[in-house]
Amino acid sequence: MLGMVATSVMRRTTDVAQQRRWISGAVIVALGLLCLWFFALQVPADMVSKYRFSGGGDAIQLPVVELPTSTTNLILAVLLVAVGILHAARGIKNSGVLFGAVAFFLLAIFLTWSIRGQSLNLTGLLESTLIRSIPFLLGALSGIMCERSGIINIAIEGMMLTAAFVSVIVASYFDNLWLGLAAGVASGALISGVHAVFSIRFKVDQIISGTVINIFAVGLTNFLNLRWLTPVQELNDSGTFSKVPLPGLAQIPVLGTVLFNQNILVYAAIVLMFVVNFLLFSTRWGLRTRAVGEHPKAADTLGVNVFRIRYTNVIFAGMLAALGGCFLTLASVGRFDKLMTNGRGFIALAAMIFGNWNPFGAFGASLLFGFMDSLQLKLQILTSVIPSEFLLMAPYLATMIVLAGVVGRVRPPAAEGVPYEKQ
Amino acid sequence: MPPILELRGITKRFPGVLANDHIDLTLNQGEIHALLGENGAGKSTLMNVLYGLYHPDEGEILIRDKPAHITGPRDAIAQGIGMVHQHFMLIPVFTVTENVMLGDESITNGVVLDRKKVAQEIRDLSVRYGLEVNPDLYIKDLSVGIQQRVEIIKLLYRKADILILDEPTAVLTPQEADDLFQVLRNLKAQGNSIIFITHKLREVLELADRITVLRLGKVVGSADPKSTNSAELARMMVGRSVILSVDKAPAQPKEVVLKVEHLTVRDPRAGDAVNDISFEVRAGEVLGIAGVQGNGQTELAQALTGLRAVESGRVTILGHDTTHATPRQLFELDVAHVPEDRQQDGLVLSFPVEDNLVLNEYYRPPFAQGISLNFKEIERAAAERLKEYDIRTPSIFVKTANLSGGNQQKVIVAREFTGPIKLLIASQPTRGLDVGSIEYIHNRIIEKRDAGTAVLLISNELDEIMSLSDRIAVMYKGRIIDTVNAAEATKEALGLLMAGVQQDAAHAPEISPELKTEMQDEIA
Repeated sequence: MLGMVATSVMRRTTDVAQQRRWISGAVIVALGLLCLWFFALQVPADMVSKYRFSGGGDAIQLPVVELPTSTTNLILAVLLVAVGILHAARGIKNSGVLFGAVAFFLLAIFLTWSIRGQSLNLTGLLESTLIRSIPFLLGALSGIMCERSGIINIAIEGMMLTAAFVSVIVASYFDNLWLGLAAGVASGALISGVHAVFSIRFKVDQIISGTVINIFAVGLTNFLNLRWLTPVQELNDSGTFSKVPLPGLAQIPVLGTVLFNQNILVYAAIVLMFVVNFLLFSTRWGLRTRAVGEHPKAADTLGVNVFRIRYTNVIFAGMLAALGGCFLTLASVGRFDKLMTNGRGFIALAAMIFGNWNPFGAFGASLLFGFMDSLQLKLQILTSVIPSEFLLMAPYLATMIVLAGVVGRVRPPAAEGVPYEKQ
Repeated sequence: MPPILELRGITKRFPGVLANDHIDLTLNQGEIHALLGENGAGKSTLMNVLYGLYHPDEGEILIRDKPAHITGPRDAIAQGIGMVHQHFMLIPVFTVTENVMLGDESITNGVVLDRKKVAQEIRDLSVRYGLEVNPDLYIKDLSVGIQQRVEIIKLLYRKADILILDEPTAVLTPQEADDLFQVLRNLKAQGNSIIFITHKLREVLELADRITVLRLGKVVGSADPKSTNSAELARMMVGRSVILSVDKAPAQPKEVVLKVEHLTVRDPRAGDAVNDISFEVRAGEVLGIAGVQGNGQTELAQALTGLRAVESGRVTILGHDTTHATPRQLFELDVAHVPEDRQQDGLVLSFPVEDNLVLNEYYRPPFAQGISLNFKEIERAAAERLKEYDIRTPSIFVKTANLSGGNQQKVIVAREFTGPIKLLIASQPTRGLDVGSIEYIHNRIIEKRDAGTAVLLISNELDEIMSLSDRIAVMYKGRIIDTVNAAEATKEALGLLMAGVQQDAAHAPEISPELKTEMQDEIA
């Protein structure tokens, strides 16, 4: 009898899961059929999409891949439909794999369609994806650092913007990129110090404190930009960090170009991702940080200094966000433009959430947003069908879709946003 | 031998309250010293002073005959003091190992946490003190009883030998409490000294070597468990004689108010929480649902009060089909509900007391006029209920979170018991309350019964079930295993039923069919 009860229970729980699988499977199949119709059957059969893998100056030239647009998309769309059917019938357990597969097919179909009759350097696209994901990654690491200790940080945008401004001025004035970087990072520490004092000492609502910092950063940099940088252009020309190809590794085709021929800040960000992950999950400081972010009272009763941990983390987080800001200037354009962060601090926040407050997850999300960012740039050059204003929305659109899909599956630190009060 | 711990003249003032008034207390090596008192008597405050969470305004602490300066938990831990707080200080998303090591981490290679070493230490402590726990599991996956073991291991890991336990049994089932007592005796036998805070009389008499009673922040006396009794302790605690048993006339059951037929409720994680249950409650009687926690009582109450979906079956209240009724519809049918988790389901803690007092009928006159609230009327009604139900609060505008547990419960009782209620569903109505409040709420329930209300009482406290109920249904694994007349029920018989053993009055205890199949399955 017990056995019967057990099987009936199991059958019921699988019923619910089954239902959910059918719905998501049906959505995927529908998407696939839509792609099939629009991106494959509507395309003239003689059109060709060309993918290149080597730039003009590369030592090893890889052959150009020429794909018939319609047929390629037909196959990709059918595969997407197959994924949907497989999920509905058997269930793909790992949601990351499922999401990755669907995203891959959709993007591949869209990309192949967009470049019909033209050619695209795929290696270049991936290279710029990585570069464009770095500010998101650094911003997300900043958020992780801060929020894992229980303080909400929506001021990443403001910290990035301020650091971008300060770094350019200092680097231009002293004609030294490293000094600019140091000054930018210091400015981030200063601002997040203010956020820390507001949220920890004065128990100000952390969202308000963050918003105030964002508004303040916009106002301050706009004003100073107008007063100093516009009249004195020499102050707004810092130069940029040059590429440092890693000997040996940089010569690998495709991979070498994408990963091992970057500037020093790209390497630094990747290393920092591993460092933050190690600190958070393998050290005393990380254990205490997470404890303080989950249940500060419990940590306090065990003699952990809640306030000290929070101050340290918030200030360190500010420095990481600032590094992201410096990246936008010192590692890419070498000058400051009004409002140049353009919402990247908030996308970084989304990457943090999508990555479930984990460094590696956040990097995955950053790559996705970075890809969308570089894709819209490429497509602006390649296609005239989609208005460029619409393409500019791509990264933000991706953010919204991702956040909507991820709701309920991630879990923020339990004590986030609640000021700690000692009796 | 001098005492291992001595508190001299500890005084702690909070704004407007003298929480501890020159308290003296000694703890001898290897004894269990019970600190008895009602909620709000100052027991927890005193222990928080000792643990360094509060700083005393006056007085001194001597440990092993030397004055100790305790400015924070770190100092207390260094002096060998460990405390299990009433609300567990565990991080649900951490493993047992991580929780135990937090604040006193083992490090290898200079910076890396040595989880393996700590896990081994936990296993060693488990074996030594009979505190079985798997160090690799996450706290959120453990039962409350096991979580408490983790709390005790936390102290032992820090080599504490003065152990403070604040209301440790409040969250435990009777079996878990017995296990805990065994552990504490074990710890005592190995030379540890224990301060045991409680307001439950039975426990101090069973466990303690010495008893100190606190009332309103003062020591009102001490007692030897061998030569005292419940009545005397209760009198010391409350400051007047307390009637521990409920005095009630025989029930006069009338028409059927609540009728439950073949009710099945599903818990998404555990299958059928309530499995094909049928019963009736008549006007003017109390039906008690007894059972060990987790046998479907919670889900039953939630299903009957519109807080959980019914899978199948039918619920009828006074002829209306309420199987899928909402809480509002039930309220309109004069159904009152005292929920099991008062802070979660019974109150909006951040609201003032006055709002919580009208939370069920705020939407209709006289409390509402069209789309706006009539604050004057709400205040008037709140003040009236405050007085009638003797709720102790500085004013009706105080946040409900600031009230003691007993007074919070009285706010719920005042709200739910007002008006002509036809059916009362009360879940764990006195959980965690002190003797005085229990006595009060029990009397109110019987009062309602005598006024013709049908009462469904769900409680894990067998004493409570036995003293209030007219009929007792015992739940086991989602089913009602038997219903007995309260007058003929004995504690032993009910205890067997609660353990799933069905019996016949004429025969020796027999094993239930389910248990039988289970055993046969095992043999096969």
